[in-house]
Amino acid sequence: MFVARSIAADHKDLIHDVSYDFHGRRMATCSSDQSVKVWDKSESGEWHCTASWKTHSGSVWRVTWAHPEFGQVLASCSFDRTAAVWEEIVGESNDKQRGLSHWIKRTTLVDSRTSVTDVKFAPKHMGLMLTTCSADGVVRIYEAPDVMNLSQWSLQHEISCKLSCSCISWNPSSSRAHPPMFAVGSDDNNVTYGGKVQIYEYNENTRKYAKAETLVTVTDAVHDIAFAPNLGRSFHILAIATKDVRIFKLVPMRKESTSTGPTKFEVQIMAQFDNHNSQVWRVSWNITSTLLASSGDDGCVRLWKANYMDNWKCTGILKGDGSPLTSSSGQPTAMNTMVGSSVQTSQNALNGMSPV
Amino acid sequence: MEEVDVEPAITNIPAASGGKHLGFAWGPGDILVYETLYKASGVKGSGSSFIHEVRKDEDIYSPILRKLFNESHHIFVGLQTIREDLPSKNKKSQFVSISKNYRSVIRACMEELQQVVSILLAIELIWNLCEVLFIDAAPAGSLLLHLLDWVRLHKADVDEKAREVLQSESPAEHPDYCDVVVSYVLQGRLEEARQMLVKQATLQPAARNMYKLMDTLLSKMPFYNPGGTQTLTDFDVKWRLWHEEVDRCLQDNSFASNRHLELICKILVGDEDTLLEHKELLSTWYHFLVTRLLFCHPTVKPTELHYYAQSCMTMFLDSRSVPEPLDNILLAAFEFDIHQVIKDCSIALNNWWFVAHLTDLLDHCKLLQSHNLHFGSNLREFLLLEYASGLFTHHSLWQLAVDYFDHCPEFGRVYLELQIEHVPLDTERKALKVLRICEQRQMSEQVRSICKIMAMRALRNNRLGSALSWSIRAKDAAFATLISERFLQDYCARGTFSDLDLIDNLGPAMLLSDRLTFLGKYREFHKLYGEKRFREAAKLLLSLMTAKIAPRSFWMTLLTDALPLLEQKEAIFSADQTHELMFCLEELTSSLNTTEEDMEQTKVELLRLALARNLAMAIVKEGTMET
Repeated sequence: MFVARSIAADHKDLIHDVSYDFHGRRMATCSSDQSVKVWDKSESGEWHCTASWKTHSGSVWRVTWAHPEFGQVLASCSFDRTAAVWEEIVGESNDKQRGLSHWIKRTTLVDSRTSVTDVKFAPKHMGLMLTTCSADGVVRIYEAPDVMNLSQWSLQHEISCKLSCSCISWNPSSSRAHPPMFAVGSDDNNVTYGGKVQIYEYNENTRKYAKAETLVTVTDAVHDIAFAPNLGRSFHILAIATKDVRIFKLVPMRKESTSTGPTKFEVQIMAQFDNHNSQVWRVSWNITSTLLASSGDDGCVRLWKANYMDNWKCTGILKGDGSPLTSSSGQPTAMNTMVGSSVQTSQNALNGMSPV
Repeated sequence: MEEVDVEPAITNIPAASGGKHLGFAWGPGDILVYETLYKASGVKGSGSSFIHEVRKDEDIYSPILRKLFNESHHIFVGLQTIREDLPSKNKKSQFVSISKNYRSVIRACMEELQQVVSILLAIELIWNLCEVLFIDAAPAGSLLLHLLDWVRLHKADVDEKAREVLQSESPAEHPDYCDVVVSYVLQGRLEEARQMLVKQATLQPAARNMYKLMDTLLSKMPFYNPGGTQTLTDFDVKWRLWHEEVDRCLQDNSFASNRHLELICKILVGDEDTLLEHKELLSTWYHFLVTRLLFCHPTVKPTELHYYAQSCMTMFLDSRSVPEPLDNILLAAFEFDIHQVIKDCSIALNNWWFVAHLTDLLDHCKLLQSHNLHFGSNLREFLLLEYASGLFTHHSLWQLAVDYFDHCPEFGRVYLELQIEHVPLDTERKALKVLRICEQRQMSEQVRSICKIMAMRALRNNRLGSALSWSIRAKDAAFATLISERFLQDYCARGTFSDLDLIDNLGPAMLLSDRLTFLGKYREFHKLYGEKRFREAAKLLLSLMTAKIAPRSFWMTLLTDALPLLEQKEAIFSADQTHELMFCLEELTSSLNTTEEDMEQTKVELLRLALARNLAMAIVKEGTMET
């Protein structure tokens, strides 16, 4: 792999999250400088910052896009105990010429009493639903019943997980075979408090979310969690970032027709990697769930892949080389395009193949 | 099965290497990486605020490899449609022909791509061998001939050297002369070797007999003719006789006085040590293998190949050098271990294109099924899905990927459903292209979603007509209602409709939502009025209220629209119709707020007056008999 391009993000503090939109043509970045920036990719592949604004009064931890069926909508969450929903307003013509757009706040969600650690939209087939989790151990699910009026959100569910929450992930499957389901991870450090990953499932009858499973084997703090996109499988795959990278297989067990409780799962561990040497902070699947990426205390990003026999291996490592770039200009929309190491790595691409 | 273990490649990112974490975000064809710190507390700390776009190495080549992808897509689709009921002899020749097509595409790309030639050379080399051994499945006799062709094809430098030598003033005295002759012999190109030797022969008239003898030996070497009447056994006998003759020349020291000819004689007799002395000319162990087979075991059977392959590789590579991935792949091929070949290629080559297409072809030849069924077609699908998924992230090649998914019976559809939704809908034209693909495959959810996205986008940009037409295509009644409302609001505000064409030609789509129906009918009313078809217009207007098609909120507007009709010289509305209108007005006013503006009150009064007058006119008109 090679670095095709480096973009000067110009945040005044650490970047905490970068999120691509659904089509991969826009991205949002958020930072400890309390702002969010939105970038648009031009046809030539260059990134332009089209909006930059202060969103919170504390570090912004995560930023995420809603599905484009709902328009251009972002959600952010922060140390300032709030989450917010933003919508892009189509600007005046001279703004368009300058390549700028405006985002306005549609709502602030202030129910949490502690830092809001993650914010995620539920799968689109459930409507426009936003989920937050906080250090106070509560998961909140909000819904905007009228997608044309994003200032109205109602708190539909408030779920107490008892342990401080750090991350949530929805099962993206829209198959009728699986009721809506999400996983919550806790970064509580006390190993005696039991499993740090909980799976909740929606019950049609009670119209509530009930806990379906706790992964008791995960006892260390969990920092990130990610369901893999479901591509025709009957079981679910969940990746967890804890003191190592773990990939679990959750096989739904046959429900008796009289059973009204949540689905029971058979939990199997598919893979476990401790290459990062200590804490793993992020895990995320690519679109086709053929690759998992993880980021850890060793300062590396590792890529994991399963072959057709379902054996997982590390297939690539991205690592800081100790010489970070420094911004040479102070312009806010400056953008560096460097295809620096591509020539060098074209040699690497010949990857040990000497034909003669 | 031992796995070829390849350490994961490390890619350097221009970022801090200590004390910081690397954050990442997956994108459609890349991964974004940035410096960050993952700690729960409100951390402060600036650093390099750069975001790096990291791509797979193959992506450098994608503009150039586009030709490869495009042309092979064509071949792939053709292969999928080969009829099952053809006799196997015909099928085999078709498969071989398809294999050759793939290879010619590779070669065509090689010509264009100087930089990537070495990878493509390796791919072609492997593919060629697989074609010979697996697809063409040459039996003993032909096998060697095919292998000889294989080696010759991949050792083009001989011809270059030969050209150089021949173009020189005195070819036989050129420093490379001997090498060229030996190289020809090593490749079994004896005719050309003879022609070259003539040059030296003419310079040494004294040794004329020796050269004649060598020439005879060279010309008499038997080569198996697969199309001929000679059986393999007959050929074997003939060959042994010739071999003995060459050996006798060696024992007799017939060529002892001429080092060059003596050398050639040793080669002809298949002397291993002599062959190994010419490693540089052979340059690879597989050339050595084929040469050795040519001069020692020309009737080698496919099943015997791997013995010779292994020993040749060992002999050729000295103890210090480690076999490289390519060597292992070729060895696996000689061992007829197809799975190992595919597996090693997947790992060693950064290139799904190759393993996907080759495996697919081998699968069609039914060569993957004899092994564990679980891997047979699953392996093919796995590789095709990998390849096609990679294509999908490309801005124009994604369309090729669709065909590949179509031919993956187990997971192709679900992969396509997932990935096609992510294709950026940059233009309406592109959106329509994507839609067509979804509609052809009855992917109704994807159709709905794409139309909804386009409708939403149009609405945000106030392009109501486009938004409406997309909602209709999405069969989204709620959205259609919303947009119809906007149209109506627009009308109320500006007095005209936008996008008349669309509304006029709604057809049955009008029925998607009540509001949409109303919009369509209301516009029809205006058209009728414009065409001065007042009676029909009046009837329609009334029915909009009485049939409850019009929302109550719009009734005032409708009644106001009725005014000009009421104020015509002649009564348009009949007495009955006027009564109904009055009834509607009363219904409306009784539900109106008492704090309504005076404006409304004035309008109501105006209406009441107009209605009363019209009623009077109508009664008179209807009461008057036609005389």
